[in-house]
Amino acid sequence: MSALLQEMSDRALALGVPFSVQVDLTYRCNEKCIHCYLDHDDHGEMTTAEIKFLLKEMAEAGVFILTLSGGEVFLRRDFFEILEYARELTFCVKLKTNAVLIREEQAARLRELAVQSIQVSIYSHRPEVHDAITKVPGSLRRSINAIRFLKSQNLKVIMANVLMTANREDIHGVRALADELGVECTLDPTVTPMMDGDRSVLTLNAGESALRQIFRDEAFIGNAEEFCAPPPPPTPDSMDSLPCSAGHTACYVSPYGEFYPCVQFPLSCGNVRRQRFIDIWRNSEQLKEVRSIRLRDLTSCSKCAHGSTCTRCPGLAFLEGNMRGPSIADCEKSYARTGIPSANLLAKTETAAPRRLVQIQLVPAITGSRFDGIGAGAQ
Amino acid sequence: MSGRVYVARSARVAARKLGEEMLVMSAVDSTLFTLNPTATILWEAVDGATLLDEIVNSKICSEFEVNGEEALRDAEMLAKDLAKHGILLISDQPITPANSRVPERV
Ligand code: SF4
Ligand code: SF4
Repeated sequence: MSALLQEMSDRALALGVPFSVQVDLTYRCNEKCIHCYLDHDDHGEMTTAEIKFLLKEMAEAGVFILTLSGGEVFLRRDFFEILEYARELTFCVKLKTNAVLIREEQAARLRELAVQSIQVSIYSHRPEVHDAITKVPGSLRRSINAIRFLKSQNLKVIMANVLMTANREDIHGVRALADELGVECTLDPTVTPMMDGDRSVLTLNAGESALRQIFRDEAFIGNAEEFCAPPPPPTPDSMDSLPCSAGHTACYVSPYGEFYPCVQFPLSCGNVRRQRFIDIWRNSEQLKEVRSIRLRDLTSCSKCAHGSTCTRCPGLAFLEGNMRGPSIADCEKSYARTGIPSANLLAKTETAAPRRLVQIQLVPAITGSRFDGIGAGAQ
Repeated sequence: MSGRVYVARSARVAARKLGEEMLVMSAVDSTLFTLNPTATILWEAVDGATLLDEIVNSKICSEFEVNGEEALRDAEMLAKDLAKHGILLISDQPITPANSRVPERV
């Protein structure tokens, strides 16, 4: 985020304005990715009129960044009508798509409508790997063609990859492909649970050794020494800091109108079909609770060595049963980064069976190999 | 410029009022601008159909009790500056959607 955008986001926070909102237009999808967290059946999506009404309310509430995502947004026949209206309302529009349905015509229309950026999911540079993840033969070729069409329209494209066992060998290949296409590239190091809390997809995660490798790879993280340095002790300021933007300057609306603090934080705060967007934003008891959370109130995290630097996701913690608790995915990332076990993982080890206690000697190689076991045990 | 010009907002921007200030992002190059409260009033008033000097008189001078000439000079400078970035359009003719296209790359 640019310094000015960060400053504006801070101002939005001070003014209580929802600065950035993701709206998923549909959960239907033309790919069937093995790691996807969504139920793709249509359980009654918002109509065109309902979405336009919501967008109007969001503009009045002060929303600046509007991310349109899914599912696959291009499966909505009214997608361009919605996008056109969003641009009329002068949102800064970002799209997330697999781009399979984008041809020259769609790319030209996106340029006309001045979309700010288009994020395209690419999991490998090799069709046999990418297509096995999306379960759609030919999908990599079509997504890459789409990226070329988008680039030829001078649009900003970001390739988004997710690290899994299935593609862990290909992360540099994806990066090289992004360079060749002249686009940015991001890598999400972990698969997240399904929105209904089902954690079975987590078995696709590449595991601790892959995380350690990436967290030392300067192509991905910049200065490895700095990135992997032991965390500084928490300060009074960090104890009072906000966990993330969810519910503070950002929120999420599902295709069915459900209002959550974030796409990864499925705590229902209301429904825009029954309530005004701004009323939910201002008055929801659930949002008030999310907003009240500070590091010092968190039982494990406030005592954790990683407290001040951890990217603890309250949404994942919520999916694990307690939004004020730790998130195992983040404990694992903190450990893979620094080699220092989190308070949560240490506590789990202490309460685990005696055989496990004997195993957690602080010898990096041994603690490293135990991690998967600890994570899996807690799920 | 002499104030006898028409000014309109480009359709290729994202914009939102945050408190008293306007946040504007150019879709051409993603440059971000914040307009101070006076510039925000101007931004909200320009419609491509009203002359700039009329807008300055009705919206700025009356509101802020400033000298008309000075306010017009400031408004012209601001309009030119924002036009350079493609987020405002300036013309000696009224600006309608049909003639409001701006170059997509500067
Ligand atoms: S940390 Fe989690 S809840 Fe917060 S914004 Fe990120 S994904 Fe959403
Ligand atoms: S590493 Fe785990 S226990 Fe420590 S702050 Fe992060 S989520 Fe909390």
